[in-house]
Amino acid sequence: MPGSMQIAWSHLVPDMKTLLFVHTSSPHGSIKAQEGLDALLMGSAFADCTALFLGDGILQLLKNQDTQQTGQKNFSLTFGSLQDYGVDKVFCSKTHLLNHDIDESDLVIDVTALEDKDIATLLASHDVILNF
Amino acid sequence: MKFAIVVYGAPYSHQAPLSAFYFAKAVLDQGHEIYRVFFYHDGVYTGNEAIAPPQDEPDIRQMWSSLAAANQIELIVCIASALRRGVLDRTEADRYEKSHANLDSSFTISGLGQLIDAGLNADRLVTFGA
Repeated sequence: MPGSMQIAWSHLVPDMKTLLFVHTSSPHGSIKAQEGLDALLMGSAFADCTALFLGDGILQLLKNQDTQQTGQKNFSLTFGSLQDYGVDKVFCSKTHLLNHDIDESDLVIDVTALEDKDIATLLASHDVILNF
Repeated sequence: MKFAIVVYGAPYSHQAPLSAFYFAKAVLDQGHEIYRVFFYHDGVYTGNEAIAPPQDEPDIRQMWSSLAAANQIELIVCIASALRRGVLDRTEADRYEKSHANLDSSFTISGLGQLIDAGLNADRLVTFGA
């Protein structure tokens, strides 16, 4: 694909489908973000999984979240173990980072920020997309 | 073609369970197969047998239940989502010492692995209420 970043996909099994988990929900206003992370962790046990954070979903990855006074679980701590689950392809939108005035260094894990056209490539290159 | 259907939204609050139902019917009417229907997030409320809608509104749980019985479709509610929302089958009600079980017998409680399996083994995974 000329002009766009080449992304190499490693497959656990050569003909196994690749799953892309797209996280678009802000972290604590609803449980969708937390249940999306649960699904990603489960997926990692069975398949080659990639995570993509878009829009308010990027807020899930912010460092120093304190949910004590909201009564919600601070599941942002779990992102640190994604690597242990074999999920090492974690992307977000460069545009959406800018929109939210968030720097990559503000995030709990290493995330590769992609240009819009590379996000299109990422979406097109996966067999199954699960949106949370 | 084998379709897997995922429902995120709650019945009556959200269009998702109804749109997913009409989609499922269209899939079957056109000669395709439904691999599984997976209810996640608030979608698990669709299996709540205690839902008693007004007579002039559709009985969404009953619609799914009848469609599943007539076509041998697997209706799965996610266990983690269901337990925290109080949708329990007899086994889970006993396990957590609750006085009532309320999951419709056409639905089965199972794990998130069933969602991943559906994604891997169906030809298309279609999500409603994302």
